[in-house]
Amino acid sequence: MQELLQYFFSGITNGAIYAIIALGFSMLYNATGLINFAQGEFVMLGALGLITFWRGLELPLPVAFVATVAGVSLVGLVLERLAIRSVRKPHPIVLIIITVGASILLRGVGMLQWGKDAHSAPSFSRLSSFELAGATLLPQTLWILGSLLLIVLGLQFFYKKTLTGKAMQACAISKRAASLLGIPSERMVLLAFALSSAMGGVGGILIAPITMSSYDMGTMLGLKGFCAAMLGGLGSSWGSIVGGLLLGILEAFGVGFVSSSLRDAIAFILLLLILYVRPTGILGAKAVQRF
Amino acid sequence: MLRIRNLKCYYGRIRAISGVSLSVREQELIALIGANGAGKSTLLQTICGLLPSWEGEIEFEKNSLHGLKPPEIVKKGISLVPEGRLLFPPMSVLDNLKLGAYLRYRQRDHENVGKDLEEVLELFPVLRERSRQAAGTLSGGEQQMLAMGRALMARPRLLLLDEPSMGLAPFLVRLILDVLLKLKERGMTVLLVEQNARAALQIADRGYVLENGQIVLEGLSSDLLADQEVKRAYLGKDYREFYDGRE
Repeated sequence: MQELLQYFFSGITNGAIYAIIALGFSMLYNATGLINFAQGEFVMLGALGLITFWRGLELPLPVAFVATVAGVSLVGLVLERLAIRSVRKPHPIVLIIITVGASILLRGVGMLQWGKDAHSAPSFSRLSSFELAGATLLPQTLWILGSLLLIVLGLQFFYKKTLTGKAMQACAISKRAASLLGIPSERMVLLAFALSSAMGGVGGILIAPITMSSYDMGTMLGLKGFCAAMLGGLGSSWGSIVGGLLLGILEAFGVGFVSSSLRDAIAFILLLLILYVRPTGILGAKAVQRF
Repeated sequence: MLRIRNLKCYYGRIRAISGVSLSVREQELIALIGANGAGKSTLLQTICGLLPSWEGEIEFEKNSLHGLKPPEIVKKGISLVPEGRLLFPPMSVLDNLKLGAYLRYRQRDHENVGKDLEEVLELFPVLRERSRQAAGTLSGGEQQMLAMGRALMARPRLLLLDEPSMGLAPFLVRLILDVLLKLKERGMTVLLVEQNARAALQIADRGYVLENGQIVLEGLSSDLLADQEVKRAYLGKDYREFYDGRE
């Protein structure tokens, strides 16, 4: 029982991170129909950026947090402006390959900047880990879950209550109709890139204290986030959360009860299963039927 | 208000409109009729900036619309109710209407937008009943009204409509045309593209007949309604008038 709970805690910690990354995927997919395979690299930039700003430059944590998120979303903006918008014939497949290229580039830049060694960051709060029903709970887990909750509430508010959020959805539904109402779709795409890369950055910042961060950490995290988004239903916020948490928990149980070599396989087995059984994802059916 | 001179539009190498000239004066209701593929929708899309490759001159209130993108043209006061309505189906009726006023919200014109929303809901009472419903769940007629209401929310000075009667029952067509007349009384300028030529000409001041990308006929709508050629080709009635008595 105690063991089960322990695996569960570590599962939701990782799962929440996957969920945040998946939210970034979903948001961009919602606004542009594009899957950004550089999303994982934004996570890497977030983690290493935080380490530089917080440990290296010794800025206070909130300042380092804001600076990192701003920096990462700036990278997202530049990516959209230089590599995505300038494509003359924007076929989805071309754009997706561009994001793959961007991920390789960012990994290279990361290696030049931070070297090949892994870096670590201390926990956000000085609280020591505490016991809950016999299992150990890290304070960082609470930070992560709290951030996930804040991001989701923020996104819901953005989509449901703000004009910009609604305009972004409108652009996703029909660019043509939106432009006939005077909504500048390029700016909405730019904003979606900035927000989704910022979310990747936040994921990286949160994960920095519980893992070793290095230039190549983004690939696997990005793919896991992608699995989570597909699992829950690409484009759905709640789906991303369900998918992320489910993936994290199953992964933890698989590692704990079967074998730790299974860790990365689980995500991809799940991805294949969901693509066979229910390609729209757990919560994704509505999104497909709506037209 | 709107003046088009020698307009030529291209889809790649194909010329869809070859040398159209027409003008719309303030507070006029103009009908543009023609068969499928005559270039009616192309003409409207060109005015709205959806089709970037055109030659000739389009002037709106003495300013050229050359090189402007759709949002900039909306800002100048031209709104299109597009063919097929192009609503945002998963969003509520109210959200659809509010997005119609996107540019005005951005200019912090909240007070007047609220008034206009009230006015649109008065014009189309059924939209008020369904304001919380998703736009995709409305019937065809209601969707058309929503599309018109949404375009009106931008407070255009020139309203372009692309086949608003398409697929609607006759009484709904009547209702929509009545709304257009009402708008005209309030000072709106309207350019109406229709296949339903009779209905369009009955409410219009003047009409243009477009065929194969060229204007073949223009004049007062009463004259067009009486014109033999228009009758034969577009009003589609009175075969007996043509053939009776010839046997």
